[in-house]
Amino acid sequence: MARIGTGYTHTAIALHWLAGLLILCGFTLGLSLKDLAISPQTLRLYGYHKWIGITVFLLAMARLAWRWSHPAPPPVAMPEWQRRAAAATHALLYAFMLVIPLSGWIYSSATGVEVVYLGLVPLPDLVPKDKALASALKVVHVTLNYTLLALVTVHAGAALKHHFVDRDDVLRRMLPFRPRPRRDSTP
Amino acid sequence: MKPIHSFILSLAAMLMAASGAASAQGVLIDQSEIRFVSKQMGVNVQGRFRKWKANVDFRPEDLAHSRAGFEIDLASIDLASEESEAEARRPPWFDTAKFPVAKFASTGMKGVGGDRYEIAGTLSLKGIAKDVVVPLALKRDVAGNSVAEGEFKVRRLEFKVGEGMWADTDAVANDVTVRIRMVLPPAR
Repeated sequence: MARIGTGYTHTAIALHWLAGLLILCGFTLGLSLKDLAISPQTLRLYGYHKWIGITVFLLAMARLAWRWSHPAPPPVAMPEWQRRAAAATHALLYAFMLVIPLSGWIYSSATGVEVVYLGLVPLPDLVPKDKALASALKVVHVTLNYTLLALVTVHAGAALKHHFVDRDDVLRRMLPFRPRPRRDSTP
Repeated sequence: MKPIHSFILSLAAMLMAASGAASAQGVLIDQSEIRFVSKQMGVNVQGRFRKWKANVDFRPEDLAHSRAGFEIDLASIDLASEESEAEARRPPWFDTAKFPVAKFASTGMKGVGGDRYEIAGTLSLKGIAKDVVVPLALKRDVAGNSVAEGEFKVRRLEFKVGEGMWADTDAVANDVTVRIRMVLPPAR
């Protein structure tokens, strides 16, 4: 896969933005669902919300596999604490992309509602129907999502800070349209 | 059994029947279940009724005099969320204000080989009565109780359950599978 200098591969960049877009859609949809009165349309939207979540999970797995075989480029020059904070944030983001869809799936199972991915692939119920468990899992699912929101804010805020304040290539090398690097990072 | 015991037992049974707490044969309510599975947007959704009464006198050796009657408190429905339970009580669905109870009364029972039986009866729901046949398999649990399990399909639209925008069977399928499990203590 083509790289520019020591940047991310096209695949890594595409998967990154696709996951970002789906997380945004899934989050917004999930947030709006709780205020909607029950109707056939609401049931449909719940279905879409779950499909998006499962897709995010699958994308996260694909990204981890890709990253394992195509390591991320070395970090640009920055203080050690920032490098560590970035690594920790990235690790947590991956963890959340796996754990949040799983928590939603278990939550759905606990409410007695099966998940059928894309309306085609029935997923097994992870737990039997259980009201008390369902209420607890709802809190877990929502809390995890707000924590993810905070993490994404840090992630995007840091990228913007690198771009506009530090004026380095951190954001640029993840952009989909491949602008010319500010500094040639090729050794 | 001595007559006096028999008398006390029938008195107890009458009292229990009068209080609605149990039935002639004393279905073990805590171990018994009336569950259902509906299909919403192609997805199986499970539910059950928390409160119901049973009046069962089931004797495999005397099916002609056996009977089974159930009264289900529809407002006691257990679904995915409180919102969907509230929706199920509203007029388009069960309309529990007008029709609080669904009833089943057996009209005939027959053995269909081995430990399998067919219970024919009338299901009354939302002011509409229809004949249904409930196939049951009977087995014994470790405590010596008889456990009858079976399932049958109810076409919800035949009972006007889910009207208006909910009549769309792509959203909620017409067929609802009702699964029952009745635990009956050993015959006296």
